[in-house]
Amino acid sequence: MIKLVGITKKFPGLKKPAVDNLNLEVKEGDVCVLVGPSGCGKTTTMKMINRIHEPTSGSIFINDKDALKMNPIKLRLDIGYVIQEIGLFPHHTIEENVATVPNEKKWPKDKTKQKVDEILTLVGLDPKIYGKRYPSALSGGQRQRVGVARAMVSDPPIMLMDEPFGAVDPITRARLQNEFLRIQERISKTIVFVTHDIDEAIKMGNTIAVMREGKLVQHATPSDLLAAPADEFVASLVGRNRSIKRLHLIRIREILDHLDRPKPATVDMPLNDIRKQLEDSDIRSVMVVDQDNKLKGIIGVNDLKKKAGEVAADYIQELDQSITSDATLNDALSMMLECGEGYVAVINEDDQYQGTITLGDLLNVVKEEG
Amino acid sequence: MLRTFWRWLILPLLLITVGFVITIYTVNNPTDSLVARALTYSNVFEALNQHLMLMLVSMIGAIIIGVAIGIMLSRPKLYYIGRGVENIVNVGQTIPSLAILALFFTILGLGFRVAVFALFLYSILPILRNTFAGITNVQASIIESAKGMGMTPLRILTRIELPLAFPIIVAGIRTAIVINVGAATLATFIGGGGFGDLIVTGLAVRRDMVIFTGASLAALTAIILDYIIGQIEERIVRWT
Repeated sequence: MIKLVGITKKFPGLKKPAVDNLNLEVKEGDVCVLVGPSGCGKTTTMKMINRIHEPTSGSIFINDKDALKMNPIKLRLDIGYVIQEIGLFPHHTIEENVATVPNEKKWPKDKTKQKVDEILTLVGLDPKIYGKRYPSALSGGQRQRVGVARAMVSDPPIMLMDEPFGAVDPITRARLQNEFLRIQERISKTIVFVTHDIDEAIKMGNTIAVMREGKLVQHATPSDLLAAPADEFVASLVGRNRSIKRLHLIRIREILDHLDRPKPATVDMPLNDIRKQLEDSDIRSVMVVDQDNKLKGIIGVNDLKKKAGEVAADYIQELDQSITSDATLNDALSMMLECGEGYVAVINEDDQYQGTITLGDLLNVVKEEG
Repeated sequence: MLRTFWRWLILPLLLITVGFVITIYTVNNPTDSLVARALTYSNVFEALNQHLMLMLVSMIGAIIIGVAIGIMLSRPKLYYIGRGVENIVNVGQTIPSLAILALFFTILGLGFRVAVFALFLYSILPILRNTFAGITNVQASIIESAKGMGMTPLRILTRIELPLAFPIIVAGIRTAIVINVGAATLATFIGGGGFGDLIVTGLAVRRDMVIFTGASLAALTAIILDYIIGQIEERIVRWT
């Protein structure tokens, strides 16, 4: 648990305080997103928690201990820290970078090695391939993963993340966000997350703290924030299309079970059988999977009419748009728009088919929620 | 493996051989008695010895002091003093080496030690400047993430700042060596000895062979030292 009480930060030479009498509480296991326009003091607030900036007045409690009375070095060793520029050490290998905190804590070598391999695997980087490389040999997205791995390796109860996915392209960002949420579900850290992107805030946060000119404007859950913005400023920040923003809040798997869809066809199924299955519904196409339930492609009704007696495998069209079930409905929507199709196939990590989401499903969700 | 490791020795050994060949040839084939008197084995090796001592003593001192002051000035509390010192150093660098030697001669007198001291002061400048620049140019985000993860200032200096600044510090040392070799030949004017003795003698008696011997040996020394430092750097810096 992190508790900020009456925190104020004045930088020398500036009249206005960067952070002005701020109170904030982050519950254990929650992701609290600080959001606001640049210069609103969100990064400063975050950096006071690990005392990169010392507050001018006020107090900070971490699990009921006064952080301002602790040794800052010891305090920081138990707080994971990710910044936008990542700040990987260019002269250390990926392994050495990730092992930074264990080395500072003087862990035994084999324990460090084991934990480093474990955490690299967790963020999706094979330690055998990437462990001995230098950061210059990695892509932007991979470096971000290393940055996150480095912050998590010693299992700190608290993590501070300053726009950790800011420096990558939108597609990689969405993927990193989803991966991170999946990891967070398992490890439940208490996280303070800074971003200027309200969409990211809605997606990542259990609670959102909107800041403006050093003050906390509203601290609420994402759905409360969307339903009842505290004032004009928050309303303009979340924007007009609030119902579409709700799509950020819902994961695909949450609606997938309620959908009534025809079963996928298998590759060795005769076309006639598939046609019979489709005749009862108004659906114009069907997904095709192989024996292991892996997605192979799609068959349209028009192809089914052509020849009787042949099997599905002959007419499969490959499918570009597939998405994992822990992505949000908004991710699904942007993928549909990108591909110009009204549906996406949902798969799990092993490429196994989970279901299909259509544009109509998304509209239904928006209608129901609104 | 072993063969690739020792390969770097080929060039310096070759250059040393060239030096010996020049020495043996010129000593054994004097054009006249004046040359024969100036170029004896004992004269040449005396000059080599003095030259190396001038350089080594002044360089080692300059590296230790230059790096130490550079580190001190790069600390946040002294940073603004460091910026000022950097400017002074840049101005100091423009003073010709002969003027420096002459200046110290008027203050401290003649001799080997005065020459070493002058060379030492002159060589500090590029080392100090590069150490300061190398450390202060390390990306702020790297320092911040190190600090944020709980590294102490001393650990940040030894594990992050110095290794990252290392190539720039070495570049400063190499600059200093090249300057130093040139300046060391001038040490003869204040009684410091070295290859400058041969060159000045050659000039005095107007014998090109003596000048050539002194000048080429001084140049070879510079090239060899620079090459060795470059090799050390290449072996340590693997991450670029």
